[in-house]
Amino acid sequence: MGAAARAATEWLPLGRGRAVRRLLRVWVVDPPLVLLVLGLTLFGVAMIYSAGQTNVPEPAVVGAWRRQLVWLVLALVAFTAVSRIPLRWVEWGAVPAYAVGLVLLVATLVVGTGAGTAAGTRSWIVLGPLRFQPAEAAKLGTILMLARYLARRDMAPATLRELVVPGVLVALPLGLVLLQPDLGTAQAFVGILFAALFWAGTPLFLLALLASPLPALILAFDNRIWGVYIVLVLGALYLWRYRLFFSESIAVVVANFAAGTVSRPLWDSLASYQQNRILVFLDPQVDPRGAGYHLIQSMVAVGSGGLWGKGFLEGTQKRYDFLPEQHTDFIFSVVGEELGYLGVLAALLFFGLLLARLVRLAERVADPFAGLILLGIFGAWMVHIFVNIGMTVGLVPVTGIPLPFVSYGGSFLLMSWVAVGLAVRAAHDDERSLG
Amino acid sequence: MSLDHPLVRQARSRVALIGLGVVFVLLGGAFFRLQVLQATDFVMTARENRLRRIDLPAPRGTIYDRYGRIIADNVPGYAVSLLPAPQDSIRASLERLAPVLGLDPAQRERLLVRARRDRGLPLLVDGDAALEAIAVLEENRVDFPEVVIDARPRRRYFGGAAVGHVLGYIGEIDEEELAEPDYRDRSRYDRGVVVGKTGIEREYESLLQGTPGTRYVEVDARGRIVGDFLGTSDNVPALPGEDIRLSLDLELQEFIHRIFPDTLNGAVVALDPADGSVLALYSAPSFDSNEFVGGIDEARWAELNDPERTPLYNRAVLGRFAPASTWKLASAAIALDLGVVRPDERMEVPCRGTYTFGNRVWRCWKRDGHGSVDLLEAIQHSCDVYFYQLGLRVGLQRLLDEATRIGFSRPCGIDLPQENPGIFPQGPDYWERVFGYTPREGEVLSLAIGQGPNQQTPLKMAQFYVAIARDGSAPAPRIFPDGPAPPAEGWELNLSQEALATMREGLRRVTAPGGTAYLSSLELWDLFGKTGTGQNPLSVRGLAEDDAWFAGMAGPRGGDPEVVVVALVQHGGGGSAVAAPIVAKAADFYLRRKHLIPVTSTQTLREHIMTGPWPAWAPRPAPPPSGSPSGGGVR
Repeated sequence: MGAAARAATEWLPLGRGRAVRRLLRVWVVDPPLVLLVLGLTLFGVAMIYSAGQTNVPEPAVVGAWRRQLVWLVLALVAFTAVSRIPLRWVEWGAVPAYAVGLVLLVATLVVGTGAGTAAGTRSWIVLGPLRFQPAEAAKLGTILMLARYLARRDMAPATLRELVVPGVLVALPLGLVLLQPDLGTAQAFVGILFAALFWAGTPLFLLALLASPLPALILAFDNRIWGVYIVLVLGALYLWRYRLFFSESIAVVVANFAAGTVSRPLWDSLASYQQNRILVFLDPQVDPRGAGYHLIQSMVAVGSGGLWGKGFLEGTQKRYDFLPEQHTDFIFSVVGEELGYLGVLAALLFFGLLLARLVRLAERVADPFAGLILLGIFGAWMVHIFVNIGMTVGLVPVTGIPLPFVSYGGSFLLMSWVAVGLAVRAAHDDERSLG
Repeated sequence: MSLDHPLVRQARSRVALIGLGVVFVLLGGAFFRLQVLQATDFVMTARENRLRRIDLPAPRGTIYDRYGRIIADNVPGYAVSLLPAPQDSIRASLERLAPVLGLDPAQRERLLVRARRDRGLPLLVDGDAALEAIAVLEENRVDFPEVVIDARPRRRYFGGAAVGHVLGYIGEIDEEELAEPDYRDRSRYDRGVVVGKTGIEREYESLLQGTPGTRYVEVDARGRIVGDFLGTSDNVPALPGEDIRLSLDLELQEFIHRIFPDTLNGAVVALDPADGSVLALYSAPSFDSNEFVGGIDEARWAELNDPERTPLYNRAVLGRFAPASTWKLASAAIALDLGVVRPDERMEVPCRGTYTFGNRVWRCWKRDGHGSVDLLEAIQHSCDVYFYQLGLRVGLQRLLDEATRIGFSRPCGIDLPQENPGIFPQGPDYWERVFGYTPREGEVLSLAIGQGPNQQTPLKMAQFYVAIARDGSAPAPRIFPDGPAPPAEGWELNLSQEALATMREGLRRVTAPGGTAYLSSLELWDLFGKTGTGQNPLSVRGLAEDDAWFAGMAGPRGGDPEVVVVALVQHGGGGSAVAAPIVAKAADFYLRRKHLIPVTSTQTLREHIMTGPWPAWAPRPAPPPSGSPSGGGVR
């Protein structure tokens, strides 16, 4: 092939395509994952723009989509940087990251301020023009710490006793977040714990026992139901050869009793808005103009979208201000109202593929630390996606939790992209192409 | 650790993917339920969320008089309402509106009570807001986002107090009315709709009432109006009510209102003898229907319900008064019909001021007596003694039968929501029922001169005189001759033309020289009539004047009567002094305008004499034989 011919093929789509693909692979490392995330982020920017198109425009919301784009640029930079960090360095930095996260959470309780959608809580730290939620950083720190701890064990946890350390590692930041109080983000820590333990090989039955006090917490509101539940737990323990794990069984029973006992005082200690959110989840109509209002209006928005939706920018519930927090926590209601069920299915498909990709990548990597990072991120996002989308249709109680990549929120978007950077590094750390 | 093995990872990955699938199927299912299965419900809810219905009141039909002049129409008015909202925001809105609309705290409280009662309906704050207030609200639209300003037709009455009773008044429909069958049509009648309460406005309510329209506005979550909603066929313009043309003469009403004595109570009815249609129907004291538009204030309402003067009481159709001498024509008609008396026949006993029947002495109003008179003279001079004997010739039973047949105990059937029937015994048992004794034959003496248990409305007497002015028949009086309801049954006196001519000639002589109402005679027209001085409970005891009647008819000289007018002035004294001038002037006014002759201020002979020399058209009366002046005290 002569030089002339080579120059000609340079311009062929094939040759150029190969070059672009190569560049993409070098930069984003894992094109399927990153393109899915990038697609979701841009979709989010579009929906944030739509959320600003209201009858009485709120300046903060109208320009949100532009700020989100700026944050996306920062996030891409952060992603690029993080994805260059060798995984061994990450492993080395896990403990400091976790510690810094805890310190920041403690600092938040002292100097934190409320902001935006959660003005009543102390979730934010303000540094000059910068404002961020330490809980987001603490989540990543916890994922790394947990992955490091579990990856260094030789055996999969087989007893409840072996779950104590991971439990405490998560309980510390979780407790601090609850003190802010930020019930929404706290749930993400639970997701991280269970996903990481699962990937570490913990038997599902053990995980179920670990989770058993949670239902007890709720069921204890009716003593008869609680009694039946306790009997069921005891029966399960008996079938599970309780003699071999006697102390664990005792602990489970005690935990269940304890949960049932403290549930009343715990309920009373909840702020009234938190109580109301749980009550209206059970029946939004108990307070249609108060606590149930948001949920009802969100359901009306989604339901009235129907199969085809009202069209991009055309949502009436959004336009006339019936939707609460339409650019942050309830952005998915706008999706449902304007793009209809088909739009919802498309968005769910994107999120599903994203989460599935994380699992697939985890399956592929041999390094346990890398796999645990991927599953930790999977657990956190799973909770975010399920709770955020589920609450718009009353599937789960309303808690202030953003939808990854779609909800407006700069620091959250940034940290989510940092997580993407960690994920692609974890998935491809062993490949030569990363240098 | 065992994580290393690819097969183990594969198994775990499968579990994770299954869990992922379950979660997403759950989410997809939840959205399917809302967006596909229940979509229709939620579409409705979203619509209700942002659309607010505003009723557009329909303008009532215009009311014209017989000449096409407008008696009642509508002008653009403005109503200020608040969209449905929680109590707190209604309260806040009212507080902001208070300085603009001048709402005091008590009014605000009342409005809040209404807002609580009619939750979900727009709250009418001011049904008739001043233009200045509307201007302020429109200029500061941004500060009053939940305020709806409606163009709302406002009723306007041109006649004012002159037509108050006959037109009636309007007001917001009340709960009791809503339950009535007339108001069953919920597309037209619902809370807040303005309906006719009395008079023509009530009688022809179903015609005059239009069909309200609706418009929808889009609102946001805070109840702020975003704009009109145009994307629906549910926006329906209001359909105005039907226009109606009455037989009333608006200017005649106004003229009567002007000349009726301010301080006295009474009624004037003018009928067209051609068809019995009502030219004027006036009751004093009157009220101005305009005062009721947009709600009457309480002080004024109390004034209108004053128990002494009862301005809301329509004396023309509800008030019942002893018809006195005006009823002598009825006695004469019955006697002529039965053939018990001939027109030129004189009674056995000449009038010497008294008449003795049984063991009782019955007096004529004129102590000196009228001498021997025939029927014409008896009518002219209103001789009681003549009519005592006429009554005796008819006999009590026959008088009762005939008067009942003619209809003196029935209502006329005029097209007004309320009318009282006359009081007249339908048989001798009346005395037993009411007074507890068997009537003696002497009762007929009282009845024959229009006293005794005989009370008639001015309208009824007018209908009777219509019969005399015509051929003895009298159609039921109608204010809206082309109205939908079939006219009520008319009257039939069964009189020969000769008898009628005799009676009319007797009436003509009343206003002729020497007659009881000569001073009320007119330059251009023949005026026939009969004075009456009716006793009332106060005058019997000498506490007040008698009620003054004049029932008359007038028309071109030598022609048929073209108008029948009856005036009753309570406690007015003699009929010739107070009532006759009203009738004469009203008839003159109506006839002059009908025949396109300018109306002058000197109408009756009385004014001519008072302002100048004796007019050539009026013959000078012969000096009275007894030397006493004619006029005053005529019964």
